[in-house]
Amino acid sequence: MAVSVDEAVSTGPVRDHTPSARRFGGRGRFVLEVALLTVLAVVMLFPVLWMIETSIKENRDVYAIPAKFFDFKVTMDHFKDVFVASGGGRSTLSVSFLNSVVVAGVSTALATVLGVPAAWAYSRFAVKAKKDQLFFILSTRFMPPVVVVIPIFLMYRQVGLIDTQLGLILIYTAFNVPFTIWMMKGFVDEVPAEYEDAAMLDGYTRLQAFWRFTLPLLLPGIAATAVFALIFSWNEFVFATFLTSSDNVRTAPPAIAGLIGGTTVDWGLVAAASVVFALPVLVFAYLVRKHLVAGVTLGAVRR
Amino acid sequence: MAGIEVTALHKRYPDGTVAVDHVDLSIGDGELFVMLGPSGCGKTTTLRAIAGLERQTTGDIRIGNTLVNDLPPAERDIAMVFQFYALYPHLRTRDNLAFPLRAEGLPKAEVRERVDEAARLMRLGPLLDRRPRRLSGGEQQRVALARALVRRPRAFLMDEPLTNLDAELRADMRTEIKHLQGELGTTMVYVTHDQVEAMSLGHRIAILNKGRVEQIGTPLEVYDRPASLFCAAFIGSPPMNLIEVEVADGKLRSQSGLVLTPPPGLPRDRCLVAGVRPEALEVTEPGAERSVPARVVSAEWLGDEIIYVVDHGGQRDVRVRMPSTVRFAADAPVGLRHSGGPPPVYDVSTEELVA
Ligand SMILES: Nc1ncnc2c1ncn2[C@@H]1O[C@H](COP(=O)(O)OP(=O)(O)OP(=O)(O)O)[C@@H](O)[C@H]1O
Ligand SMILES: [Mg+2]
Repeated sequence: MAVSVDEAVSTGPVRDHTPSARRFGGRGRFVLEVALLTVLAVVMLFPVLWMIETSIKENRDVYAIPAKFFDFKVTMDHFKDVFVASGGGRSTLSVSFLNSVVVAGVSTALATVLGVPAAWAYSRFAVKAKKDQLFFILSTRFMPPVVVVIPIFLMYRQVGLIDTQLGLILIYTAFNVPFTIWMMKGFVDEVPAEYEDAAMLDGYTRLQAFWRFTLPLLLPGIAATAVFALIFSWNEFVFATFLTSSDNVRTAPPAIAGLIGGTTVDWGLVAAASVVFALPVLVFAYLVRKHLVAGVTLGAVRR
Repeated sequence: MAGIEVTALHKRYPDGTVAVDHVDLSIGDGELFVMLGPSGCGKTTTLRAIAGLERQTTGDIRIGNTLVNDLPPAERDIAMVFQFYALYPHLRTRDNLAFPLRAEGLPKAEVRERVDEAARLMRLGPLLDRRPRRLSGGEQQRVALARALVRRPRAFLMDEPLTNLDAELRADMRTEIKHLQGELGTTMVYVTHDQVEAMSLGHRIAILNKGRVEQIGTPLEVYDRPASLFCAAFIGSPPMNLIEVEVADGKLRSQSGLVLTPPPGLPRDRCLVAGVRPEALEVTEPGAERSVPARVVSAEWLGDEIIYVVDHGGQRDVRVRMPSTVRFAADAPVGLRHSGGPPPVYDVSTEELVA
């Protein structure tokens, strides 16, 4: 994003080519850049800030006109409501958060367990029609979920997977495996095959060589890939909406969306639930930010 | 320790590339055997087949009289050093060396003893606690060699282990490897495309071209009598002058009239080419005895010697190696004569040695 802003700016102010003007142009360009970036940041961050503010306002203040930016009373009631039901005990929202954790966690783990060895095999072995296979695998990701959700709904109804966590886990895994294979293949390609050759000559089998030498070197890549997969599963909305309905199976995205649409909307609760929902993704992305960039710029690194 | 027999080796990769067409090698126990050839001629593939890292399409490999075609690399008891050293990056030198031993399940004390011994042989003492990233190229190379040694394998396979080092270090390591191999007496197959390395290291050299063996012989044999035009053009720097000759009344004469000492048993009525080493020719004053008139095209001064490029009216200019005390100006008219023994002679159509 920084790049596109840069490019947009560079064509702007530098028109006069006398040295002093260019020096001024450099200064002007800097100012313009900062201004544009500030605008961008405000546009991007305002909804987030507003969400956080709303989550800690009392309901009176949420609806106040004109809107209160700073002088409102802070309350944690909404966050309490997210986790605790009004009569005491666990709230339905907290159940759906737990469901999200289970579904996203298990499907990511499955996708990693299936995808990493596959990526290794595609990278190391002469597989017949390797390029075609890889393209086919990728092509399963071409279609947006909305397109396939109806057939999958019908299939799931036949086999009794509708409204089950297992159903969601399977579909998320199916979506994450191709992604994992593609991303991990890049990381495996970066690890020289000679490590495994050396290990095999040293007395290990091929699988041991993979397990003991290649896998440790792949861990950063696996972490990055898993976070991507986790974020996909965590955020997924379409399948979750169509394939689940009961409160004890539903994941957080449809559950939060379900809060909107009654006669009155408890915006404080919606905002608080959204904050809780967004938090894990932000934390994970922050933890693996270095590897995320490595994953995205893959191939540009070394060689 | 063991010799290695390779019989009718043929390797075709799944994509259809024939990397090794037909290779027969018979490597003696304790021999330092060098495989030399241009890039892409199948050296690495042959070596990997011997190691068991690549399965040959057809052909047999025997190590110490055991047919190893179906043995996985781990059971062939062979150590290999790669061009890219393949030291495990997350392990310190000490653990890199110990790894193959731990894989064998040796007791701790013995592992320690062997690691120390290999470290002493390769002078790795101060490097034992470093990770590969903090070692220089030469040091990494020594660790890689030590890791090969530590297992006391039946044979060493080396795939261009010195390519990544600078010239000086390369010369040092060459001496070291040769010395080490002599000391241990372990069979070693050494792959290189550097003929100096091949000449200085090998007990015997196999010259490979396009997946086939062109010649096997001692460095001297290979230098003196290249078995084919390919070998003649490949070995030596500068390589042999290939001069078209004809046989006339028991003499070997080039188009320009240059007379060469004829080898015995020359065939008649065939297009022949003589391979004449640059040091077997001589640039003389014009009109000297047995010389043909010629002209200096250019001169490369290499310090202790000069390589003259000389036009003698033949099809190609010839290169002549002269001591640096003998100076001729470029373009000067000179004489050219043959001063060595009988040169190897090749048939142009078969490209093979005929006399
Ligand atoms: N895995 C592979 N799949 C297909 N072709 C291959 C493979 N490995 C090598 N080749 C091809 O086989 C031929 C021989 O390769 P090889 O690596 O044995 O050559 P080399 O003699 O070791 O060359 P160099 O001196 O460059 O290392 C080459 O044409 C190469 O492109
Ligand atoms: Mg090679």
